[in-house]
Amino acid sequence: MTMVTEKDINEQIAWAKINTDVLKSMENPRPAYWVTLAVCIAMVSTAVVAEYIQYTVGMGTANLNNPHMWDMYIAAFVFWIGMSHSGTLLSAILHLIHADWRKPIYRFAEAMTTFSLLTAGIFPMIHLGRVWNLYWVLPYVSDRGIWPNFRSPLVWDAFAITTYLTASMLFLFVGMIPDLAICRDNTTGWRKKLYGILALGWIGSDRQWRHFRKIYLLMACFLIPLAVSVHSIVSADFAMSIMPGWHITSFPPYFVAGALYSGCAAIITLFILLRYFFRFEDYMTLPIMEKTAKLTFAIAMVWTYLNLIEFASVWYGHDVYNKELLIAKATGAYAWIFWIMLFCGSVLPFALAFRKLRRHMPTMFVVSLFLNLGMFFERWMIVAPTLSMSQEPHQWDIMYGSIVEWAIVFGSFGWFGMLFLIFVKVFPSVSMYEVKEMVFHRKRSAGEEDLARMTDHAKPVTQTTGGGSA
Amino acid sequence: MSLDNILNHWSDYRKGAEEGGHHDYEHRWAMAINLDLCIGCNACSTACYAENNLAVVGKEKFEKGQAMHWMRIERYWDQQELEHPEQGASFLPMMCQQCGAATCEPVCPVAATYHTPDGLNAQVYNRCIGSRYCSNNCPFRVRYFNFYSYYESSWPEPMEQQLNPDISVRDKGVMEKCTFCMQRIRTVKDKAFMEDRKVKDGEVVPACAQSCPTSAIVFGDTMDDGSMVSKLWKKHQVERGIYQKTKLAKKDADLRGYRIFEELNVDPSVMYLERVREDI
Repeated sequence: MTMVTEKDINEQIAWAKINTDVLKSMENPRPAYWVTLAVCIAMVSTAVVAEYIQYTVGMGTANLNNPHMWDMYIAAFVFWIGMSHSGTLLSAILHLIHADWRKPIYRFAEAMTTFSLLTAGIFPMIHLGRVWNLYWVLPYVSDRGIWPNFRSPLVWDAFAITTYLTASMLFLFVGMIPDLAICRDNTTGWRKKLYGILALGWIGSDRQWRHFRKIYLLMACFLIPLAVSVHSIVSADFAMSIMPGWHITSFPPYFVAGALYSGCAAIITLFILLRYFFRFEDYMTLPIMEKTAKLTFAIAMVWTYLNLIEFASVWYGHDVYNKELLIAKATGAYAWIFWIMLFCGSVLPFALAFRKLRRHMPTMFVVSLFLNLGMFFERWMIVAPTLSMSQEPHQWDIMYGSIVEWAIVFGSFGWFGMLFLIFVKVFPSVSMYEVKEMVFHRKRSAGEEDLARMTDHAKPVTQTTGGGSA
Repeated sequence: MSLDNILNHWSDYRKGAEEGGHHDYEHRWAMAINLDLCIGCNACSTACYAENNLAVVGKEKFEKGQAMHWMRIERYWDQQELEHPEQGASFLPMMCQQCGAATCEPVCPVAATYHTPDGLNAQVYNRCIGSRYCSNNCPFRVRYFNFYSYYESSWPEPMEQQLNPDISVRDKGVMEKCTFCMQRIRTVKDKAFMEDRKVKDGEVVPACAQSCPTSAIVFGDTMDDGSMVSKLWKKHQVERGIYQKTKLAKKDADLRGYRIFEELNVDPSVMYLERVREDI
């Protein structure tokens, strides 16, 4: 059976055109850009005001109370950490398995990783009662010989997140060096100075490429276990406790699957926005969108499966606290959130199974937003209901966040948007050198295919991505 | 928790609660609360407020669940569906259970809560950074967080004169909880040390036990076999350690003693004596 497969990218596209197209996206922004940026900054300012109130008056302004010591801040923290995972999936895992369709879209995904980590990192800080003593969590050299408690998952968090943030920032930067050199060669003024410094004297010599390949592969290998461990450790915040609904063995894979899921959904959202606003139709093509959507669909099913495992093990485990909590989740005060979460997380992704819908950008845009809404609710359903209904019935309570809490959570979206908007105007959001590579290899392998057909030699066609010059 | 401590005592440190933990206990303070005697008068709670400088948060914050009552009286109805006098109220004084295998201790990122040689879960206010993880991991929900700064509102002039000088006033952002009146334990232990003798049973009386009009709360050292509390624990066949029989597994109706959430294996230091009822 032969299937006519669409090409991921037009092989005939000229290298000069790739440069021009991508560099054009970094030119002076249109008014709409400034408006969006202003909205983002306004959101951040609101959050800053809210945080000022919370800092000076106390954590009580967020409506936190005795059973609900954690709430939406932690849910948002898990959400943002989760979103960071797909950048690594695209840039590192798919790099290792030679899935070269990732090349036009991994750069902004990697930037998304870094910025969502920068957003996530804010939450554990502002949620501390005495944030000015934050550094006590780190094992700094203290003259009193006092160390953090290495048994606490919060300390593991601090290590895991700072390591992951550092590594993914470096990975983003290192992967950008050849592109920064292109930017340096095509700009003037402050930009030329900036890119000149950042490009680290890249001239594209054979030796530089060789070193570059090595370090890029090395960092990709380094980053993958980090990405998996980070969210497993975040899940340990819950799984290491003895609370019903938290103390669940399947939490680490469940969190990692949820993380990749929301990250892929966010990639689809940003994919469509960049494609539309920067006219990247030649690079962010429909076949690539289809592949991303299929990946998202697969991960959504893994997430659904892990959800079912959790429900089944709670149901048949007959632990009275867990079971009652599960029933309360499905029927109690938070039931509407629970069912929206399941609908958005498990039913809606079936839209991605249809070719027609996968290729319809407005539908995909809306669907991807709803997928992430479901994932936000999922995080909230992990954190809050357990606290509302833990073992001690006297302390059962239903609580919704105050305006201060909402303002800070909304502000985090503004913060992420602001960082991302600045990024796309200062740095190339499509990897120029890798798109060239992709075009080059595709063309060559297509040529080899023709050659094979002509000479009637049935040799397997291999695609090589590493080692070549671009 | 210094580095030397970790390196030199790693094997001790890793020892689980089922092996008795790594503590060389001097005392193991414990309570026996007779629910049959408890009339739900809240005197213990009030005494606790006075003794431990607890902030009075006011009606609104109380309703929001931000109260600071280290000792709280939980009221349950025997038969919810009936009208008031027939409902049959049960009261349960609930405070920190000073668990032997406390779940709050391992999760604190800065080790602000730790186990003392007295068998208590100490909370170091100055070390606390307010991550509130300990409270989240407490099945009894007896850890209270300073959501606001209460010094001005709770003790307006000249009320600050009645603050207990033996114990600090906590500011916002810090977790706090029942200490079994650690300041009183300290005073008695110091006195006994100066007089070169052991602490006698009944010498330490926490504020709640002192103020209880029906003497429902008995406090003492379970390591002292002659103490009242030891005798009560023995009489009702409640033992220290985890993997103990839960109350339901005991056949004898006279054995009224039980520890709350025994099945969670947290080894609480408070034994409750079930209320004796006429037939319901």
